[in-house]
Amino acid sequence: MSIQVTDLTKLYGKQKAIDAISFSTQPGKVTGFLGPNGAGKSTTMKILTGFIPQTSGTATVCGFDVVTQSQEVKRSVGYLPETNPQYLEMYVKESLAFIAEIHKLHNPAKRIAEVIEQTGLGPEQHKKIGQLSKGYRQRVGLAQAIIHDPQVLILDEPTSGLDPNQLVGIRQLIRELGQTKTIILSTHIMQEVDAVCDDVIIINQGKIVASDTLQGIKDGHKGKTMEQIFISLTSSSV
Amino acid sequence: MVAYITIGAFLLVLGLFLWVFPESSILEYGYSGLDSLFSTAPYLFMFLIPAVTMRSLAEERKEGTFELLATRPLTDWQIIIGKYLACLLIVLFALLPTLIYYYTVYTLGNPVGNIDTGAVIGSYIGLFLLGGAFVAIGIFASSITNNQIIAFTIAVFLCFFAFSGFDSLSQMLSLQSYGLENFGINEHYQSISRGVLDTRDLLYFLSFIAVFVATTKTILGGRKW
Repeated sequence: MSIQVTDLTKLYGKQKAIDAISFSTQPGKVTGFLGPNGAGKSTTMKILTGFIPQTSGTATVCGFDVVTQSQEVKRSVGYLPETNPQYLEMYVKESLAFIAEIHKLHNPAKRIAEVIEQTGLGPEQHKKIGQLSKGYRQRVGLAQAIIHDPQVLILDEPTSGLDPNQLVGIRQLIRELGQTKTIILSTHIMQEVDAVCDDVIIINQGKIVASDTLQGIKDGHKGKTMEQIFISLTSSSV
Repeated sequence: MVAYITIGAFLLVLGLFLWVFPESSILEYGYSGLDSLFSTAPYLFMFLIPAVTMRSLAEERKEGTFELLATRPLTDWQIIIGKYLACLLIVLFALLPTLIYYYTVYTLGNPVGNIDTGAVIGSYIGLFLLGGAFVAIGIFASSITNNQIIAFTIAVFLCFFAFSGFDSLSQMLSLQSYGLENFGINEHYQSISRGVLDTRDLLYFLSFIAVFVATTKTILGGRKW
């Protein structure tokens, strides 16, 4: 169990962002985390990465509690936030070196070259991040998330802003990483779920409305596409 | 970039005050001392240090890059102390070039070397501690908002009040007997400037800095944004 979430609840004031959700994921699986805007996807991810504390319930990553052992959690998680915040005045390699230094990597130069190769940043690696297009910035974010070879990857809409050619490459990369790691990714693109995910969790208004393998969900809704399933599960209460 | 401009502005204004403007000029003053340096610098620091610190946390929050830092294996303490030391280093770099003024006055003195070196060393230590206190205020102000201008304004006000506000209050008739001036930075700064490094003054500055840094930690830990 690399991620174990039990009765996780987060209140923003009186509003429940997520309401007693429970799920777990295993290594070697890519879990798609789906839901309409404002359903609580990003909130859940922020709790899992130890950025914000939950109101109640527990969450563990690789056996470490996200509140009491947050340093261990942060060491074993690679996180790409939805907004992909970057220091725009830094050079690509400089920012990767900065992250590598935080994680105290032993051979940062070699590892930086590896992730630049993996994420296809090669042609843009000598530019400042501020000069990059959105798709390339997204790759920098992804490179930062995987640079310390984490066991768990939490990717909040990793493919937003990528062009179709880049999409194929990044999905391929996520699949490869998913062979050995635990990956949770959120997305609004249902073809992407078909293309990369093994398991699917659908969340609506803070509650889990479906949690199964991709095949299981499709079998349960005979003949429907992922898109139709998503709409039928999440639109009823809106 | 901000740092270079701030250091440049600090040195330029200080140079004008010390050598060009007649009212505060060392040359017009007639005595070989750096008194006007140490009486002018706190007021320059009051504006320039908030300019350096206003960005530190406010911008991280606004741009979301704080999430980048906070989800890495770093504690909030490491982030805050890192920011604090970075800003303090800029203050130190602004102070270092002014050492040349000491040499100038030392040489201009009649006879040569007629300057109270002990007082100068004390004053530099005092000025550095004062800078440290202002940086702590600035980092704190930067943590309570994600707007840099607000952070700057609050920091300038707090610096001014902490520096001379208590002095002024203590002169109010009804408050005269309470020794309010002891809460202010100026009282302790003056005391160190005399060249006597009293542990009480040192303790004052260190606890002043600690209080503001600890408050910043509490605010960041709340994650109310």
